[in-house]
Amino acid sequence: MILNLQNIYKDYYQDKLVVPVLKDVSLQVYEGEYVAIMGPSGSGKTTLMNIIGCLDRPTNGTYELDGRNILGLNDKTLSEVRLNSVGFVFQNFQLMPRQSALENVCLPLVYAGIKKKERKKRAMAALERVGLEDRAEFKPTQLSGGQKQRVAIARAMVNHPKILLADEPTGALDSKSGSQIMELFHKLNTEGVTIVMITHDARIGEEAERTLHMIDGMLSEKKEGRGV
Amino acid sequence: MLENIRLSFQGILSHKMRSFLTMLGIIIGIAAIIAIVSTIQGTNKQIEQNLIGSGDNNVDVQLYQGDYVLDFSYEPIPAGIPVIAQEVLEEIRQQEHVEDASLYRKRQDYDGVYYRDTSLSGGYVYGVDSRYFSACGLMMKKGRGFSSEDYAKSKKVCILDKNSEKVLFEGADAVGKTIELRGEPFVVVGVVTEKEAFEPVISTMDEYYTYMEQSSGAVYLPDTVWPIIYQYDEPQSLVLKAETTSDMTSVGKNAADLLNGYLSAEDSSIQYKAEDLMEQAKQIQQLSQSTNMMLIWIAGISLLVGGIGVMNIMLVSVTERTAEIGLKKAIGARKSYILGQFLTEAVVLTSIGGIAGVAAGIILSQIISRANGIPAQISIPALILSVVFSMAIGIIFGLLPSYKAANLDPIEALRHE
Ligand SMILES: Nc1ncnc2c1ncn2[C@@H]1O[C@H](COP(=O)(O)OP(=O)(O)OP(=O)(O)O)[C@@H](O)[C@H]1O
Ligand SMILES: [Mg+2]
Repeated sequence: MILNLQNIYKDYYQDKLVVPVLKDVSLQVYEGEYVAIMGPSGSGKTTLMNIIGCLDRPTNGTYELDGRNILGLNDKTLSEVRLNSVGFVFQNFQLMPRQSALENVCLPLVYAGIKKKERKKRAMAALERVGLEDRAEFKPTQLSGGQKQRVAIARAMVNHPKILLADEPTGALDSKSGSQIMELFHKLNTEGVTIVMITHDARIGEEAERTLHMIDGMLSEKKEGRGV
Repeated sequence: MLENIRLSFQGILSHKMRSFLTMLGIIIGIAAIIAIVSTIQGTNKQIEQNLIGSGDNNVDVQLYQGDYVLDFSYEPIPAGIPVIAQEVLEEIRQQEHVEDASLYRKRQDYDGVYYRDTSLSGGYVYGVDSRYFSACGLMMKKGRGFSSEDYAKSKKVCILDKNSEKVLFEGADAVGKTIELRGEPFVVVGVVTEKEAFEPVISTMDEYYTYMEQSSGAVYLPDTVWPIIYQYDEPQSLVLKAETTSDMTSVGKNAADLLNGYLSAEDSSIQYKAEDLMEQAKQIQQLSQSTNMMLIWIAGISLLVGGIGVMNIMLVSVTERTAEIGLKKAIGARKSYILGQFLTEAVVLTSIGGIAGVAAGIILSQIISRANGIPAQISIPALILSVVFSMAIGIIFGLLPSYKAANLDPIEALRHE
C-alpha cells in the first residue's frame, strides 16, 4: 500500500468560525493503481490532494506514505518527501515564465543538489519521456497549453517519484490536448507509476481503474458491484 | 549559489528601472562616503606634505629657551652649552630608526649677503657638515658639493639653493662667481635643489611662514668657515632623517634627550627640542577629521534609507512572486533554499549599487578636487570596505523579506492568483 489515509479531518477557521472541509476521509491506494477523484466544486478535492502531497496537514487523522508516518515529520523532511516521493501537477501548469522548458524540469534536481551536467542529462530524459525533447529550449510563452502541461509532468517525474498527483490536469486544456495528456498518464501508469488525479470531466474519470467521489467533504467509492 | 546569483541577475535585469531606483539610495550613500573619505585623506596628505615636506622624514632638533628657538644672531651663548662633538653625533646616528643625522648652524642675515649690489635680504646662511645635503634630501643641481679639502682648509666657498641663485643672479649661472658674505668673498661652487619639488597649497598664515622660509633663499657654507664670519663655539642644531614618517616623533625625542644630557646651563628652560611636525600635522588632521566624521554619519543615513528601500522592494517582490515561491516549495525546495535565493537577490542588488556607488564616488571626488585644488586621495581599503558594507546592507535589509518568503505557506501561495 503506497497511500494509507485514515479518518482524515480538515477544518478551516474563518474569524473563529470553524469550516469543516474534510469529514472523516479514509483512502487506501496500492502501488501501480490509477485513481480518479471526482466531485462538485468546493467539495474538498484540492484540500485532500494537498494533504496527500504533504503540502498541508490535516486537523485530525493518520497518513502513511509508502509505509512512512507523514504527520510526524518536520518541515525539512517534508520538503524531502515532496522532492523525492511525490510528483505534483496543477491545473494551471505553474511553470517559471522566464525559464526554458529544460530549466523548469531542472528545478527539482537543483533542490536535490545534483550537478549541472547530470541535471541536464536527467531533465532531457524526462522531456523525452513526455515527448518534448525538441522543445527543450522553448520558454513557456512559446508552448501550447498541452505542451506546457507535459513540461509540468516531466518536472513532476524527473526525480522518479512512485506517485504522481494531478489536480485537474486537463482543466485548462481543450479536449484534444486533454486526451493527449490522458494518454501520457496511461503510459506512465503502465510503466508502474501510481496516479491519483482530480477531474471534473466524467469521461476522463471513466478512464481510471478506480473512481472516487467527493461530496461535501466525504469520500465514497463507486466501483462495479459496490454501492455508495 | 552560482545558480542563485545568475537567477538574481535575471530578476534584476527584468525590472531594470525598478532595480536602478532601488539601488539609487545605496549608490548615493556609498558615493558620498567615498567622496568624503577621499577628500579627507587628500587634505590630510596635503597638511602632512606642507608641514613635513615630501617624504624626507626630516626632524630638526634645536636649542630652545622656553618656547622660543635660541637665536645666536642676537644673544650671547649662555654658559654650559657645549658644542656637539663628533662622537655624540655618531651615537645619535646609531640610535634606532635613525637613517642619518647631520649638524648645522643657521641664522637669518638681513644685510650680509651680496652679489655686487644685489642683497639676499632675509635669506638664511647655513654652516653645514659634509652629510647635511644627503640627510636633508637636497641634490646638486649644478656645480659640485663641498670637498674634504674645503672643510680641512676652511675654504671660502659656498653653495646656493635655487631661490638665492634666482634672487642674486637673476637667472644667470652662479657657479664660479664670487659673492660677498659679511664682507668676505665666497666662491659659489654649486647649486642645490630639493629632490622632489612640490607646490604647497597655502591657506593659513602658518603655512605662509613655513613656505616663506623655504622660498627666501639659502646660502650654505662648510661649517669650518663659520667661526671666521660669525663666532667660535656656537652650539649647533641637529637635523635627523628618520627611517619612516611614523618614526619621526620618537627619533626626534630620543636625540633631544641624549643632547640634553650634555647641557649644564643655569637656565633649565634651555633645552634641545625636536620640532614635532608629525604631531602638529596630526592635530590639524584631527580637527578636520572630526568635522568630516559628521558628514560621514549623514551619508550613512542615506545608506540606511537606501537599505530600507531595498527591504521595501524585496517585500513587494515576495508578494509578487508568492505563486512562484509556493510552487517551488510544492516541488521540494527547502526553506533554506528560498531564504538563500532572496538573500542572494538582495545582496546582488546592493552589491551592484555599492560598486556603482564606488565608481560615482571616485568621479565625484575628482570633481571636488578640481573645484578646490586639493588632490583627492582614493584609498583602496575604503573602496573594498564600501562594497563589503553594501553587501552587509543587502543581508541585513534582505533578511526580513527573505524570511517572510521562506515561511510562506505553500497552500496559501499556490491559491494566490
Ligand atoms: N484557506 C481557506 N480558508 C477557509 N476556507 C477554505 C480555505 N481553503 C479552502 N477553503 C474552503 O474549503 C472548501 C474546499 O475547497 P477545495 O479547494 O478543496 O475545493 P475543490 O473540491 O478543489 O473545488 P474545485 O473543484 O472548485 O477546485 C471550499 O469551500 C473552500 O471555500
Ligand atoms: Mg480544486
